[in-house]
Amino acid sequence: MSAMTTPLSGSRLSWKLPYRGRVGMACLIFAESAIFTIFVVAYLFYIGKSLSGPTPREVLETPIFYTICLLSSSLTIHFAGKFLERGSRGAFLLLWLLTIALGALFLYGTGKEWHRLIYERGLTISTNLFGTTYYSLVGLHAFHVTAGLIMLTIVLLFGLAGRVGPEQSARVDVLSLYWHFVDAVWVVVFTVVYVLGR
Amino acid sequence: MRIGETMRKADWQVIASRVAGILFLLAAELLAASLCSASTPADNPVPSIFDPHSTPAESIRHLSVFVLGITGLIFLVVFILLAYAVVKFRSRKAGAEREPAQVYGSTQIELAWTVIPILIVAVLFLATARVIHGIQDAPKPVGTIEVTAIGHQFWWEFRYPALGIVTANELHIPVSDPAHPSPTFLKLLSADTDHSFWIPQLAGKTDLIPNRVNQMWMDPQRVGIYLGQCAQYCGTQHAKMLLRVYVDSPEDFNAWVSEQRQPANQDDKELSGKHIFETTSCVNCHAVGGTNGTGRFGPDLTHLMSRRTIAAGAAENTPENLRLWIQNPDAIKTGSLMPAMKLSDAELDALVRYLETLQ
Amino acid sequence: MSSDALAIQTTEATGQPWVQTLHEWVTTVDHKRLGVLYILYSLFFLVIGGMEAIVIRIQLMRPHNDFVSPQVFNRMFTMHGTTMIFFVAMPILFGFGNYLVPLMIGARDMAFPRLNAFSFWLTAFGGFLLYFSLLGGNGLYGAGTAPDVGWWAYAPLTSRAFSPGHSSDYWTIALLASGFGSIGTAINLIVTIISMRCPGMKLSRMPLLAWLNLVMSGMVLLAITPLSAAQLMLLVDRYLGGHFFDTQAGGSATLWMHFFWIFGHPEVYVLIIPCFAFVSEIIPVFSRKPIFGYPVMVGATVCIAFVSMSVWAHHMFTIGMSSYANSFFTITTMAVGVPTGIKIFNWLGTMWGGKILFKTPMLFCIGFLFQFLIAGLTGIMLASSPFDWQLSGSYFVVAHFHYVIVGGILFALFGAFYYWYPKITGRMLNETLGKFHFWLFLIGFHLTFDLMHIPGLLGMPRRIYTYEPGRGWDTLNFLVSIGAFIQGIAIVVFVANLIFSYFKGAKAGNDPWDAWTLEWSVSSPPPAYNFSTIPTVASRRPLWDLKHPEDPDNRYE
Repeated sequence: MSAMTTPLSGSRLSWKLPYRGRVGMACLIFAESAIFTIFVVAYLFYIGKSLSGPTPREVLETPIFYTICLLSSSLTIHFAGKFLERGSRGAFLLLWLLTIALGALFLYGTGKEWHRLIYERGLTISTNLFGTTYYSLVGLHAFHVTAGLIMLTIVLLFGLAGRVGPEQSARVDVLSLYWHFVDAVWVVVFTVVYVLGR
Repeated sequence: MRIGETMRKADWQVIASRVAGILFLLAAELLAASLCSASTPADNPVPSIFDPHSTPAESIRHLSVFVLGITGLIFLVVFILLAYAVVKFRSRKAGAEREPAQVYGSTQIELAWTVIPILIVAVLFLATARVIHGIQDAPKPVGTIEVTAIGHQFWWEFRYPALGIVTANELHIPVSDPAHPSPTFLKLLSADTDHSFWIPQLAGKTDLIPNRVNQMWMDPQRVGIYLGQCAQYCGTQHAKMLLRVYVDSPEDFNAWVSEQRQPANQDDKELSGKHIFETTSCVNCHAVGGTNGTGRFGPDLTHLMSRRTIAAGAAENTPENLRLWIQNPDAIKTGSLMPAMKLSDAELDALVRYLETLQ
Repeated sequence: MSSDALAIQTTEATGQPWVQTLHEWVTTVDHKRLGVLYILYSLFFLVIGGMEAIVIRIQLMRPHNDFVSPQVFNRMFTMHGTTMIFFVAMPILFGFGNYLVPLMIGARDMAFPRLNAFSFWLTAFGGFLLYFSLLGGNGLYGAGTAPDVGWWAYAPLTSRAFSPGHSSDYWTIALLASGFGSIGTAINLIVTIISMRCPGMKLSRMPLLAWLNLVMSGMVLLAITPLSAAQLMLLVDRYLGGHFFDTQAGGSATLWMHFFWIFGHPEVYVLIIPCFAFVSEIIPVFSRKPIFGYPVMVGATVCIAFVSMSVWAHHMFTIGMSSYANSFFTITTMAVGVPTGIKIFNWLGTMWGGKILFKTPMLFCIGFLFQFLIAGLTGIMLASSPFDWQLSGSYFVVAHFHYVIVGGILFALFGAFYYWYPKITGRMLNETLGKFHFWLFLIGFHLTFDLMHIPGLLGMPRRIYTYEPGRGWDTLNFLVSIGAFIQGIAIVVFVANLIFSYFKGAKAGNDPWDAWTLEWSVSSPPPAYNFSTIPTVASRRPLWDLKHPEDPDNRYE
C-alpha cells in the first residue's frame, strides 16, 4: 500500500506523504527505545553496587553464537523483504522461515543461559542488584523478541496460505523494521551487559 | 457576519476583576508580612520563610526578595500590556463589519522579547548560583556541633556522636555568634522511607533518604524555639512528625548536654514500673540507659521528661498523655507504629510513674 | 440528518432501539465519536476528582479537624492527583485532539482507527481499575484499599514493607494500562498529522492546533515510557523479589525519583501544550487577526519540548544533589521559561490591534493569559533552587501547580468547550450561563489559589491531613476551602449548561464564530466522512481566503 497520492487541482505536482505504517512503526520504535533506555540506565547505575552474591564477572558467559544468530536474522529478513518485492515468494518464505528459526535459536540460547545461571550459579532476579537488573533488561528484550517471533510466524502462516505477495511488501517491511529494532537493542544490551558490565 | 453583539461592560469587568485580584493578593501578602516582621519575639509560632534567624535562611530570603522583585516587575509590565490590549482593542459597535489589519508577525519584536528574557534568566541564574554554592559548599568552622538526624516513621532520632547523646524529636543546638561561629551540621539519614527536615526560619529543607547520606547546616543567631515538621510524605502520620528546635545560649546548651549525658535515673524509687518496662515488649523498641532496654526502633527514653512533647509533637508531655499514649496510641496518633500495650490500670500507673523519673 | 449526531438525537431521528445506538458507540472507530467518549469519560472523572478535592478542603478548613481519618485523607490526595492527571487531563486533551485534528487537516479519520478505539478502551479500563481499588480493597485477605502513596508513589514507600496489600498495585497497573493507551493515541496523532494532511497543507500551513498536538504526541512517546519502565521495575520489586528500589539491598530511592520526574516534568508540558493550541486557535478568531508570529510559535513549542526534557530534577532540589547539579537544573528550568514567555507575548501580539469580542471562549482565554503568566512566574521562583529549598514540599508548590493546571489548563479547556461544542453537537452553549460560569469560577479560583501560596510561605507542608493551630495557617486554609466550594458550584453551572444546551441550545450552523480553519467548513455536527470532497488548501487560513478572495493569506505567508 503506497502513500496517498492526490493531484492538486490546477497543478502538476502530486501530493505525496510518507506511508502511515512506516511512520507509525518509527513512533513505536521511538517509544520502545525510551523504555529500554531506562532499563539500561538502571543497569549501568547499579553496576558494582550489589551488596552480595555473584558478580557478572563470576557468572556471565558471553553468548557469541546466539548473538550471531540474532544479528544474522536481520540480514535474512532484509533479503526476504527484497525477494518479496520482486515477487519471488518462494525465496521470501524460505528466508522468512530462516529468520524465525534464527530468532527462536536466540531465545533458546537465552533460556539455556538463564537455566545455567539459576540452577548452577544461583543467580535469580531476587539474588542481588545484578540479578534484578540483568534478568529485567535481558528479559525485556527477550519479551520483545518473542512478540516479534509471534508476528513473524503469523506472516509466515499467511505466506504459506499464499496470501503474501508484492502488494503486501510495504506492510512486511514495517514488520522488518520492528525486527531490526529488536536486533539493534540487542547490540546495546550485549554491550552494556557483557562488555561494560564486567 | 454572525458574531453577535459585544458587551462593553464585560471589558471593564475583566479589568476590574484583575485589579481587584491583584489588590486582594497584595493585601494578603501584607497580612502575611505583618505576621513575620523582624520584631516578633523569639518564640514566634509562625514558621515563616521571611523571618530568618540563621545564615542559610537569611541568604535564601535575600535571594528570594531579589527573585520576587524581578518576577514582580515582569508581572507588572506584562499585566499592564495585557490589560491595555484588552481595553484598547475591544470591538466597538461601529465599524464592527471591517476586519482589523491582518498582521502576521514582526521579526524585530520577536527578537526583542527573546533577548530580554534571556538576559533576565542569566542574571537570575548567576544570583542563584552564588547562593547555591554559598550554602551547599560552606566549610565547617572549628566550633561546629555535629548532629546525626535519623528519620523514622513518624519521629526524629537525634544523635550527637562527639558528645555521646541520643535523643528524639526535640533538637537542642547552641546559638551561634557570627564572630565565633558554632553552627550545627546535620547528617541526615533515614531508617525507613523518605522524610524531610524543615525549619523554615533556620534553613531550607533537606530530605532524609534511606541508603543515602545528606547534609545540611544552620547557625541560629537568636535564642528561642523554632518550629517545623517533616516535609516529605512518609506515610499515615506524616502530618504529625513535628519538629522543635531549641536554640540555647551557650550556658543553657552546655547544661542540657551534661544533663543528657547523665545515665538514666537510678533512684530505684519506681521499681515496679521499671520492672514492667524491662519485662514487657517495651524494650524491643525503646532504650533507657542503665536498663536492659536497648531497642532502637522507637525513641530513646533515657531523658524522656526533658522533652516538652511526646509522639513527635502530637501531644504535650503530661502524665495523662503518657498514659493514653501507652494504652491507646490511636487516640493520639492513629496509624503510628506504637502498639497499644494492653496493660492493666495498675501496671500502667506504675509504668507512667517510672517514666516520670526519667529526667 | 446525519447519523453521527449524539445518541439521543439518533434515536429520535431514526427510531432505532437504544441498544443499537449503544452498540454503535461502544464499537465505534470514528475519531469524532471516540473524541466525544474521551471527553465524557474525563468529565465524569473531573467530577469525581473534584469531590475528592472537596473532601480534602473540608478536612483542612480548620486545624485538628476530624472530618476524615488520616488514612482516608491520604487516599484522597493520592486519588485526586492520579485521577486529575491521568483520567481527566490526559484523556480530555486526547479527546479534543482526536476530534479536531483530522477535521483541521482535511482528513477523513485518524491514521489507525482501530488502534484509536483500542487506546481509548485501554485508558478507560485503567480508570476503572484504579477506582476498583476502593471496592477490591478491604476485601479478602485484607487486600488494602485505594492507593495512599501520593501520585508520585515514591520508593520505598511503595515497597511491600511499607505498602502491604494491593493498593499500590492498583495504582501501578491502572497507570500502565492507561499509559499504553496514551502511547497508542500519540502514535495515531503523529502518523495522522504526518501522513494524512489534505493536498496543499504543508506542515507550514497546518493549524497551530495540529502542530502542537504533533509536538505533544512526540513528547508523550518520550515521557510516558519512562514511567511505564519504572512501574514495571516496581512490579518486579513487589512481586518477583527484585531490588530496583530496595534500599535494604543497596537499591536507590532517588532512582525512582529520577525516573518518575523524567516522566513527570515533560508530562506537565504534555498537558499544557494542547491548551496552548486551544488558545492559539481561539484568540485569533476573537481578536479578528491571525496568530502573531506563527513560525515563532511553532519554534518556541519545539524548543519547549526539547528543553523540558532536561529540567526534571527541579522536583528534586531538596534530595541533596551537588551544587553543580542544582545549578544545572536551575538554569535549564529558567531557560524553559523563555520560549514559554515568548508564546504569551505572541498571544498579546495577536490581540494587539485587533477587534476583541468578549464571548465566553475568549473570556476563558484571557483568564488563561493572566493566570498562566502568574503561574509561570511562580515557576521561575521555584526554579531558583535555594528558594525552592524553602518552597518545595509546601503549599506554595501546590498553589503554583494548581495555578497552571486549573488557571491555565482548565481555563483553556473551558474556552475549548465553549468554542467547539457548537461544532460537536450542532448547538450553541448558553452565553449567559457561560458568563456566569466564568465569573463564578474566576472568583473561586482566585480565592483558593491566590491565598494558597501564603501558608506555603509560612511553613505549611503539603500532604498533611491536619495542621497545628496558631501558625498563621488557620484563616487562610478556611478561605481557601470556601473558594473550592465556589468553584464546585461553578462546575455544576457548567455541567448544567452542557446538558441544557444540548437540548435547547440555539442551532449553530457550520460556522458560528466566523472562523478560518477547515472544521468550520463542514456541518455541525460533521458527517461521518468529514468532507464530501477532500479539500485543497493554499494558506494557513483556508476559510479566510474563501471569505476574503480580494486579500487571501497566501499572498503574505
